[in-house]
Amino acid sequence: MKNKGSKTTSSATLLPKCPTGIQGLDEITGGGLPRGRPTLVCGGAGCGKTLLAAEFLVRGATQFGEPGVFMAFEETEAELKANVASLGFDLAALVRRKQIAIDYVHIERSDVQESGEYDLEGLFVRLNHAIDSIGAKRVVLDTLEALFASLPNEAILRAELRRLFRWLKDKGVTAVITAERGREQLTRHGLEEYVSDCVILLDHRVNDQIATRNLRVVKYRGALHGTNEFPFLIGDEGISVLPITSLSLNHKVSRERIVTGIPRLDAMLGGQGFFRGSSILLTGTPGTGKTIISANFAQAAARRGERVLFFSFEESPAQIIRNMHSIGLRLEPLVKRGLLRFHSARPSLYGLEMHLATMFKEIATFQPDVVIIDPITSLMDSGTDSERKGMVTRLIDYLKAGQVTSLFTSLTQGGHVLQQSEAAMSSLMDAWVLLQDFEGNGERNRVLYVLKARGMAHSNQIREFLISDHGIDVVDAYIGPSGVLTGSARVAQTALEKAGMLASHQEAARRKRELEQKRAALERQISGLRSEHEASAEELRQIDEQVGRQTLLLTTERTELGRLRQADVLVAASTRLRSRNGRGNL
Amino acid sequence: MKTKKVKRRVSAPARRPAKLWQLRLYVTDSTPKSLTAFANLKKFCESQLKGCYRITVIDLLKQPHLAKGDQILAVPTVVRKLPKPVRTILGNLSDTARALVGLDLRPAD
Repeated sequence: MKNKGSKTTSSATLLPKCPTGIQGLDEITGGGLPRGRPTLVCGGAGCGKTLLAAEFLVRGATQFGEPGVFMAFEETEAELKANVASLGFDLAALVRRKQIAIDYVHIERSDVQESGEYDLEGLFVRLNHAIDSIGAKRVVLDTLEALFASLPNEAILRAELRRLFRWLKDKGVTAVITAERGREQLTRHGLEEYVSDCVILLDHRVNDQIATRNLRVVKYRGALHGTNEFPFLIGDEGISVLPITSLSLNHKVSRERIVTGIPRLDAMLGGQGFFRGSSILLTGTPGTGKTIISANFAQAAARRGERVLFFSFEESPAQIIRNMHSIGLRLEPLVKRGLLRFHSARPSLYGLEMHLATMFKEIATFQPDVVIIDPITSLMDSGTDSERKGMVTRLIDYLKAGQVTSLFTSLTQGGHVLQQSEAAMSSLMDAWVLLQDFEGNGERNRVLYVLKARGMAHSNQIREFLISDHGIDVVDAYIGPSGVLTGSARVAQTALEKAGMLASHQEAARRKRELEQKRAALERQISGLRSEHEASAEELRQIDEQVGRQTLLLTTERTELGRLRQADVLVAASTRLRSRNGRGNL
Repeated sequence: MKTKKVKRRVSAPARRPAKLWQLRLYVTDSTPKSLTAFANLKKFCESQLKGCYRITVIDLLKQPHLAKGDQILAVPTVVRKLPKPVRTILGNLSDTARALVGLDLRPAD
């Protein structure tokens, strides 16, 4: 029974601890409250002191097998039962099973007269009786300081309180004593003077109209503890303290890719879309289509049979469904099939922590594969910078631990501050898609580009995307010497280019024709020249022949003459003729 | 310490209607404070309510469960159960004036 909660007792040097079972508190205190010693829980009105104390008892009884006594000085037994019922604790049943004893201690000062000496032995007797009747290991005194109002003699009371704390220690019970926050000291009546082992301070503060509860371990004698202020929540399952420090970076990662539902966008992301379990940031100025892309993503996932949880902080579910219908996204059937679930809440409804807790709860119950938060910036309006960053960190870590793909949209104002305003958040994101407006030419056009995508090849191109009644079309934006052109300017530019192209085609054709004509002319000239050349060659040949013939004729004539005139030179002449004829034949 | 029941039922004096006073004295053990308280209480009753009162002494060490009913924190405590309304006096009743005011008895002449 004892061993269950006291892992730390194994080492003699360590202070034995008593686990509270309250989510997060045991992490901060390194295992729980000091066992067998009193712990003071102080805070102003409405901080949740009583609930913390009650949860300590209930969890002790139900989870650690340690019965407890609740001594109430402010609320009656019935009131107390009703109050903790809102946390889902059935106090009445625990009382019936003798796991918890409740004693309502009340003195009306006006009904009481004081005469002579007395002590508070009656209180001790009652407490002792209650502890012994159920074998209690835990005791809550809520709020002991009420006695200061009902008992007139403070000197007696103080002396008796000192004795009470001593007595509690001797009794070996782990006690939680609640007290009101004082002005200059921790408690109104200086109870911290008596309880010096562990002091927890609760605080409820309002920033920008939004209330956040904080818990701080002021003092923990003999043990290491987180000294920071930790936000905590009172939800319908009790108190949860949310320490950021307890989260570590060691979640599993998936190699699986999931498509976005917009083929061209997938193509920009290496053709396969985002990694499963990654966190995606979608930033853009108003009206750039963040919700539409988110809805596309949701639809694509739900159609694959995955469960999608859509947190909307701006529009109601019905409105989103109607609006998406206008661009051809049918979300309603997916909602009906239970694959898509909307959760809408106004960001100002409650504080960041409460939103976070609600989201955690929704995620835990719905078990989604994809979570969409539209937009995260609405939530970021509340709280301080560090709170916001802490919240997003916790949310992302929580989602990543469960391999849930998360898509956050983020609204930015104006074009230039766009990237720096998201700097805090972007470092937590694995992929970042930017949506932007291009204004000019009397119109506004949307473009998108992938700013970063960890672990995958991605396009560096700016793409224009068009929203029509059949969804999103991503087209190439015109990028030329005159900058990025979109919309009708892009169309005009394309037309212009087409015309230019046509003109240059025509020009080329004309020049080609010209050249061809020129060539043809040359060709003609060449053939003219060639015929001339041939004609002259013919002429040459004819001349040659003529000359040959004339020579022959001449020779023949001469020979004839010679023969006729001188017969004696006949022999010599015939020899000469023979050799000349031989030459002419060559 | 024993739970003592002191019962006096003498004929009622004419000036006071025969109304029975029920007084409870809560103590823990026979401490000097308890004994003083009992002595003082008895003294007041004898002088003012002779014959029509009943003092029940309850030792909380023996009957701790009885403390809850009358919301006892301090000891000794005297609770006037009857006549109504219920009145509570803390202490050993050594301050006579306040004790009598608390019990709603007239101071002794």
